Amino acid sequence: MARGLHRRTGHQPRLTQRQQHERQQRRRSSLIAATSTLVVLVAVLVLVPRMPRWDRVKQSFFDVDQMGDSFPRLIDAFWLDVKIFAWTTPAIFALALLIALARNSRSPALFPIRALAAAYTDVMRGVPVILWIYLVGFGVPGLGIARPFNSPLLWGSVALAMTYSGYVAEVFRAGIDSVHESQRAAARSLGLSSTQTMRHVVLPQAIRRVVPPLLNDLVSLQKDVALVSLIGPIEILRQAGIDKSKFANFTPFVVAALIFLSVTIPLTRLTDYLWQRERRRTSGTRVAA
Amino acid sequence: MTNHAGSAASTPKVSLRGITKSFGSNTVLHNLSLDVATGEVVSLIGPSGSGKTTLLRCVNLLEHIDDGAVLLDGDEISAIGRDPNPVRRRVGIVFQSFNLFPHMSVIRNITLSLTKVLGQSHDDANAHASGLLRRFGLSEKADVYPDQLSGGQQQRVAIIRALAMRPEVLLLDEITSALDPELVGEVLDVVRELKGSGITLLIATHEMGFAREISDRVCFLHSGSVAEIGSPLQMFDSPSDERTRQFLRRVMP
Ligand SMILES: Nc1ncnc2c1ncn2[C@@H]1O[C@H](COP(=O)(O)OP(=O)(O)OP(=O)(O)O)[C@@H](O)[C@H]1O
Ligand SMILES: [Mg+2]
Repeated sequence: MARGLHRRTGHQPRLTQRQQHERQQRRRSSLIAATSTLVVLVAVLVLVPRMPRWDRVKQSFFDVDQMGDSFPRLIDAFWLDVKIFAWTTPAIFALALLIALARNSRSPALFPIRALAAAYTDVMRGVPVILWIYLVGFGVPGLGIARPFNSPLLWGSVALAMTYSGYVAEVFRAGIDSVHESQRAAARSLGLSSTQTMRHVVLPQAIRRVVPPLLNDLVSLQKDVALVSLIGPIEILRQAGIDKSKFANFTPFVVAALIFLSVTIPLTRLTDYLWQRERRRTSGTRVAA
Repeated sequence: MTNHAGSAASTPKVSLRGITKSFGSNTVLHNLSLDVATGEVVSLIGPSGSGKTTLLRCVNLLEHIDDGAVLLDGDEISAIGRDPNPVRRRVGIVFQSFNLFPHMSVIRNITLSLTKVLGQSHDDANAHASGLLRRFGLSEKADVYPDQLSGGQQQRVAIIRALAMRPEVLLLDEITSALDPELVGEVLDVVRELKGSGITLLIATHEMGFAREISDRVCFLHSGSVAEIGSPLQMFDSPSDERTRQFLRRVMP
């Protein structure tokens, strides 16, 4: 009766004792989190400048003039990282998916394809990325292919895409294997073909489950993009190295790190948020804390 | 059920002819034969492991049989090299564990096969699915996801999903075994409504009361063969096979 009245007049409904308690609990945990963060921050800001050699570190790592000077060059060079990342990522996912599907094929006639796909992932994952970049990035252009198909940049990215597709294929495969056989049975029993079953029933569930490891791989990829510079192209890390030598100052590295973070942190937060939202949308009630 | 000798009406809807099925060295179905008439309701009862699930899965070709033949309207659907997909449109199955697609809303679970297999437009499929949901009292659940439903609701959706394909035969594999007792009734009500609609039902069940009530015939399976088959009255009140008697004594104290 009383509650109905509240709702009609637009007032907040009165909270039960239990709801009040839970609200209090939530407030208290936010308070604890905020306080502990503040304590750590203050400790760092107060203690670090009191270290004996702070002045020297400050000068060679946090030189403000140097920051301003290097920043435009580093941003320019960072573009190359972004471009390599942007064109290798779709290639990696497409290739990895193909390989994972090949490994999951069931027809006996496709045995050679399964074996080939297995060999591919083994070989790609069995050698350090940097070696593939050297081998493919120097080796293929060395064959004497005509321009522009002889650039180390192109073949360095191809090497990157090849190795990463080996890792990502395994992630996809694990995801596909984790979808219970009964889901296939249900789909097939409705008359869906095996391709339709894979496309509409198995893969969507598999990919949802492997989003966290995939993100993980993307974060490593974004870091390994810098390896391509070892065979020539001047991307941000290489540019930072050049600046460091020229000015005998480490600040360019700090700037490079900050540029990386300014892109990767928002990206990971965003994907994390999208993923959580999707999970909340499709899942049932969650266990109370 | 009176048969007109030689006429088309006497062709069984489903006919299992001496089927044998093994998993490795474990022979699960032994030279099993069973005919089910059009519109008939046949219950399969029998101890755990007697082959009820396997039998049903052989009927809609989810399992390959090792020997014998499965006929649908006299047509050998188990023939080597035959495409199972057209058969599965005509023979639906509902599983003990529901097996709804967790990444799709309820209505999408139902319309997936309508659009992808039958080639219906999204509008037609949605209209058909909504009609079925309304008929079984699930209208307001159309847009929720399976994990947000009770077990009974999930199983009703699974039945609707199978029904939406307008199958001629529906196989029900212990559809209430995974449910809390108070949810069993709502699911069985759906099946009751199907009886007499012309659909042929083959029901594996541990609910003896339900089998007795709904079946035209009850089939007792033992170690992969039909030990005894007959009307519910005969099977439950005066079973002639000793194994049937023993089984019923155990499950109906
Ligand atoms: N995929 C499989 N691989 C190996 N053995 C299997 C498989 N499926 C079923 N079996 C075996 O076949 C036999 C019959 O199983 P089935 O599931 O058909 O029995 P059921 O009558 O449905 O039993 P329940 O009442 O417990 O559901 C069992 O011994 C089981 O272990
Ligand atoms: Mg079973």
